[in-house]
Amino acid sequence: MAIVARGFTGRGRSDPALPPGQYLTQDFPVLSAGPTPRIDTSRWQFTLATETGERQSWTWEQFLALPSEDVTVDLHCVTKWSKLGSHWTGVPLEEFLGELDTSAEYASVSSYGGYTTNLPVEDLLGGQAWIAHRYDGEDLTPEHGGPARLLVPHLYLWKSAKWIRGIQLLIEDEPGFWETAGYHNYGDPWREQRYWGD
Amino acid sequence: MARAAVLGRLTWRAVTVTGVRDETATARTLVLDAGDWPGHLPGQHLDLRLTSADGYSTQRSYSIASAGPGPVEITVAAVDGGEVSPYLARDVRPGDQFEVRGPVGGYFVWRREDPAPVLLAAGGSGIVPLMAMIRDRSASDSRVPFRLVYSIRSPAEAIYARELARRVRDDHGLDVTYLYSRSAPEGWRRAPSRIRPGDLVANGWPPELDPLCFVCGPTGFVEATATLLAGAGHPAGRIKTERFGG
Ligand SMILES: Cc1cc2nc3c(=O)[nH]c(=O)nc-3n(C[C@H](O)[C@H](O)[C@H](O)COP(=O)(O)OP(=O)(O)OC[C@H]3O[C@@H](n4cnc5c(N)ncnc54)[C@H](O)[C@@H]3O)c2cc1C
Repeated sequence: MAIVARGFTGRGRSDPALPPGQYLTQDFPVLSAGPTPRIDTSRWQFTLATETGERQSWTWEQFLALPSEDVTVDLHCVTKWSKLGSHWTGVPLEEFLGELDTSAEYASVSSYGGYTTNLPVEDLLGGQAWIAHRYDGEDLTPEHGGPARLLVPHLYLWKSAKWIRGIQLLIEDEPGFWETAGYHNYGDPWREQRYWGD
Repeated sequence: MARAAVLGRLTWRAVTVTGVRDETATARTLVLDAGDWPGHLPGQHLDLRLTSADGYSTQRSYSIASAGPGPVEITVAAVDGGEVSPYLARDVRPGDQFEVRGPVGGYFVWRREDPAPVLLAAGGSGIVPLMAMIRDRSASDSRVPFRLVYSIRSPAEAIYARELARRVRDDHGLDVTYLYSRSAPEGWRRAPSRIRPGDLVANGWPPELDPLCFVCGPTGFVEATATLLAGAGHPAGRIKTERFGG
C-alpha cells in the first residue's frame, strides 16, 4: 500500500500517454553531466565500427546527403519529465547499419565530450532510432545535442546520446556512463526501468 | 565508491518528517526519519513520491542536503505553480509521511579522499548538493580547499546563510562569495548581474591547479557557468554539472 501524503492532491489524474512516474512538461529541459560541447560541423564526423574493427565514417555533408525523415515522438527523461509530440528530423539508423555484415547484438554509442551509452542493436533498427539534426524545424542547438544526436524515444532519454560521434558494435554488452553509475542497463520508461534492479 | 552506494535494488521506503526548518521565505528544509537509510555520498539525490488520498501519485528528484549518518535532510524551494515543491516547502509538517528511494547518482559526488581543490558554483537552490559536500568536508576534517560561488537574486534568497557564515569562520579553507543578480546589499562592490567570467577568475581556481568543479542550479545558470569554466581552460571532465530545471 502506498503511503498517502496528508493533504496532497497534485494535478489529479495521470495521463495515459505518460509512463509510470512521469509528469508532463511543455518546456524542453536539459540534462547532461558536464559542460555543453560546441562542435563545428566542418570537423564533425560520425564513425561506425563493427566488432571486427571495420570502420566507416561520414562527414557532415555526407551525413546530410542521406535520406532524412520527419518524425513526431514522445520523450521521457529519467528525471521524471516527459514531453509529448516533439518534432525531429533525422537519418534512420538503417541507413548506416542496413547493409552491414555483423553478428553483433550490442552497440556502444559515444559522443563528443566523452559520454557513452549502450543499447541492443535491435533497438536501433525497425524505425525506432534516428541520428537527428533538426528539432522543431530548426538546426539542433548544442544544449539539446547539436549538431547531431541519437534519438531513441522508446527508451529513457539518456540513451539518446547528444553530440553523437560514433557507434561501436559489440558481441558483448558494455555499460555506458550512466549505466555504470546505477542507472538501468536497458531503460524502458513503460516498465519504469530507471535504476539497477528496477 | 559511488557504485557501492547505488548497488542493488532501490526500493521505495516510507519516511516520516521529524522537523522542518525555514531557510528563506520560499525554501524549507525537511528532516526525514528514513529508517535504515543505506547512507549516501555528498552530491547524490533521492527520488520522492507523493500519493494523494485518491491514489494519484507523482515523483520528483531532490538533492540530499545532509552529510554522513543521521537523519536525511532535503531543502526544497517552492516553484510558483509547481505541483510538488509548494506542497513540500509550505504544507508539510512534522509527522507527515511520504515515500523516497535512493540514493541516486554516482557522478555528481565529492569524495573525501580526492585531494584536488574544489570549486562549487551554485545558482539558487543549486546550493543543496554543494552544501552536502561542504558538510561532509567538515565532518571528515578535510583540509581540501573549497571555494563556493553562490549566485542568488537578492540577499533574502540565501539558503543556509547563517551556517555558511559560521563555517567560513570555523572550517579552515572554505571561502564563500555571493553573486547577486538583481539586488545587492547596500555598498556591495559588485553591481548586480548574472555570473560573469571575472567572477570565476577572482573567486575560483586557475585550471593549472586541476580543480574539480561542481556546478548546480537552474539550467540557464549551469549552462552559463559550465561554458565559462570550459572557456577558461578547465577540461570538460573536471566540470560536473547538475541541472535542476527551470
Ligand atoms: C537531480 C535533481 C535534483 C534536484 N534537487 C533539488 C533540490 O535539492 N531542491 C529543489 O528545490 N529542487 C530540486 N530539484 C528540482 C525538483 O526536482 C523539481 O523540479 C522542482 O521542485 C519543481 O517541481 P514542481 O513539481 O514544484 O514543479 P512542476 O509542477 O514540475 O513545474 C512547474 C513549472 O516550474 C518549472 N520548473 C521546474 N523546475 C524548476 C526549477 N528547479 N526552477 C524553476 N522552475 C522550475 C517547470 O518548467 C514548470 O513550468 C532537483 C532536480 C533534479 C533533476
